[in-house]
Amino acid sequence: MDKKLKKFDTKVQYLKYKVLREVARHAWATEGTEKPADSFSFFNDVAKNIVKDKPTMRCCIYKERAIVSERIKIAMGGDPENPNVIEVIDIACDECPVGGYDVTEACRGCIAHRCEDVCRMGAISFDDRQKAHIDKSKCVNCGQCAKVCPYGAILEFKRPCERACKIGAISRATDASSAAAHIDNDKCISCGACVYTCPFGAISDKSYIVDIIDTLKKSDNNRNYKVYAVVAPSIASQFSYAKLDQVVTAIKMLGFHSVVEAALGADMVAYKEAQELAEKGFLTSSCCPAFVMYIKQSFPMLKDKISHNLSPMAEISRYIKENDPTAKIVFIGPCTAKKMEVKWDTVKPYVDFAMTFEELQAIFDSKDIELAELDGTALDNASYYGRIFARCGGLADAVSEALKEQGNEEFVLNGISCDGIEECKRALMRASKNALPNNFIEGMACVGGCIGGAGCLTHGEKNKSEVDKYGMLAHEKTITEAIQTFADIDAKVQK
Amino acid sequence: MKNISICVGSSCHLKGSYKIIELAKAYIAEHNLEDKVNLGAAFCLGRCTDGVSVKIDDEIICGVSEGNFRQIFDEKVLADLS
Repeated sequence: MDKKLKKFDTKVQYLKYKVLREVARHAWATEGTEKPADSFSFFNDVAKNIVKDKPTMRCCIYKERAIVSERIKIAMGGDPENPNVIEVIDIACDECPVGGYDVTEACRGCIAHRCEDVCRMGAISFDDRQKAHIDKSKCVNCGQCAKVCPYGAILEFKRPCERACKIGAISRATDASSAAAHIDNDKCISCGACVYTCPFGAISDKSYIVDIIDTLKKSDNNRNYKVYAVVAPSIASQFSYAKLDQVVTAIKMLGFHSVVEAALGADMVAYKEAQELAEKGFLTSSCCPAFVMYIKQSFPMLKDKISHNLSPMAEISRYIKENDPTAKIVFIGPCTAKKMEVKWDTVKPYVDFAMTFEELQAIFDSKDIELAELDGTALDNASYYGRIFARCGGLADAVSEALKEQGNEEFVLNGISCDGIEECKRALMRASKNALPNNFIEGMACVGGCIGGAGCLTHGEKNKSEVDKYGMLAHEKTITEAIQTFADIDAKVQK
Repeated sequence: MKNISICVGSSCHLKGSYKIIELAKAYIAEHNLEDKVNLGAAFCLGRCTDGVSVKIDDEIICGVSEGNFRQIFDEKVLADLS
């Protein structure tokens, strides 16, 4: 296996990375953000560089190169007409079959006929060799027959993107000309589950790395204005081939003035959220933009229950900009939905751009920065509690801790930590019918929390323990300790 | 009016920014400088290896500690304001 490939879970990610890296190289070498003067030759050169003389992914090198061209477009900001940051590359979509449940060749024609017995719709019949058949006009895709077949001969033919999207925002296009995947922007929460799942890499998150690199270049080494990197705590589980303090050095080498932990924003948010919760009696968290979008789109009756706090990313950025008004802020994290959040009116003034760990890796390599060889730079602002926001359950732990530190013994937290959008859906459904016993919903659209984000380089069992370990390393043991510095200065400024 | 920013970037934070902020607050109160000083925070003043950095107007002073705090503030803040 290619050495570089080990940095990612899949070859799809690696392909996406190679395109991002080439686009980044180009961005460092050219002026401004406008498309290269001779964009055809740029597209052509990159496509030829990535797709050599033999096809390895598709029917021919010409299709492969055409798809690479589409990837370059998305790496340079994508379709400006499309408000969503998640986009389908039509020609890359394999248009997988969408037949629902079907009996495969593995059916032995047994005589037990469990499938028939369990089917409440009477959709199963047998041919003269006792092999089962499903009548599609009767089948409701309940899946019971597949569960009981002793041979596992009944399979569900469902597109991986549709399977990944638990809220039903992606489906086969309805127009006759194409069977490619289609995203319903009114439902999509930009979580990126389909991006990470599609085995053909046909869905991608738009990248703003060209603008980010331009912002870094125009700062003239932070002389014209300072560029801050706000990094998500899930970074502790990423770049596992190097140390975190080496990653911090590398980020500064790209031209960032300073690297600040979003986890400090998480400390600030946890403190305020505890106060707001005690005051209102019921809240849903506001840290995960995909979860917030989901409530707004699918549970509008719960809209006023969403915590009024900014997300940790926006909160710390607000703080930085209040102290340095000309600052430019780039959020670096695991999340594709953050790219939507930075466009919200409430967040726009504070955060300029968002990018993923995947994109950061591409930018590092566009500059040929070898992390493992660098000296480390300290990264320490937040507490244990701010840092564990990166994994599911961390937010509720932090709010509980904040209530304790605030000496609030009256309010009893009864939180529910929803791991993934399916669990969020269940909790919100009950809350909308006043049937939820809990008084706080921690909603994480990705399974595992932010460490399961679509923009992570790698996803693994160890990631949660890496985040906890990173949390334990925090100099500050309590939320109050982490934010007292800022609370004191805030009070002074307001005076 | 004096603008004072105390660096709370990772390095300075680890070296004790918070203590310096406490001292600065006490100092401001002691000399009744509330209306003459703007106290703020900075995320990195770019001098990470030299101890806690403090920016007073356009001057960056490094290596501020509990020991030399009073001397520095007497000289750079109080002397200028009186």
